[in-house]
Amino acid sequence: MAEMTIKKRPKNLDLTTIRLPLPGKVSILHRVSGVGLFLCLPLLLWLFGASVASPEGFAGVKAIAGMFLVKVILAGLIWAFMHHFCAGIRFLLLDLHVGIEKEAANKSAGMVLAVSLPLTAILVWGILL
Amino acid sequence: MINRIVVGAHYGLKDWIAQRATAVIMAVYSVLIAAVLLVVRPNTFEAWQGVFANGVIKFLTFLFFVSLFYHAWIGVRDIWMDYVKPTGIRLTLHVLTICALVGYTAWAAAILWRL
Repeated sequence: MAEMTIKKRPKNLDLTTIRLPLPGKVSILHRVSGVGLFLCLPLLLWLFGASVASPEGFAGVKAIAGMFLVKVILAGLIWAFMHHFCAGIRFLLLDLHVGIEKEAANKSAGMVLAVSLPLTAILVWGILL
Repeated sequence: MINRIVVGAHYGLKDWIAQRATAVIMAVYSVLIAAVLLVVRPNTFEAWQGVFANGVIKFLTFLFFVSLFYHAWIGVRDIWMDYVKPTGIRLTLHVLTICALVGYTAWAAAILWRL
């Protein structure tokens, strides 16, 4: 255990020269979307709280959600949620040893994007536009 | 085992399982609430508030929030452990994250039980 931590191994951590395979991209986007959702928790709690508290709050949230910049942020959060949701289900299946072969894992990573991106588009269109 | 890292993942399964269990709870709730909102289509304040004032939905929504905050704790803690190496800064970030999430839990409870 102690020796392993001391041992020097060659490693390439230069992000500009690494070509990440699709499952790697889905994985890092899972982390990025999680961070985005975490950072926006106060905003989301505030919007939710105001919207259910009073008719004035509800109208206020509607007005705020109508602003262009807020719409962009909310669209980003909808994407983050959909990606985190879809990629999360894929990770749960991988945990259950479903589709862990290289080809199947590549395919399911593509499926995550093929499902999360249209769902994002539908929700953004249905809720924000 | 002399070089044991003190601020680590506790070498345990508990958080790993909790992260997945909370994920499943949130996924089920998301599908459920999406179905409810699609059926009710709450366009007015009264209808929107009515959805969350319902006892069952209020309980499930609070369960969702608690799962979310526990899930976020494990995920954010993993990120601090991956990228922040100095023990002091890392512990400080851990404490700040916990403070925020405990605060959010109280906030969510206050929002829901005022309904």
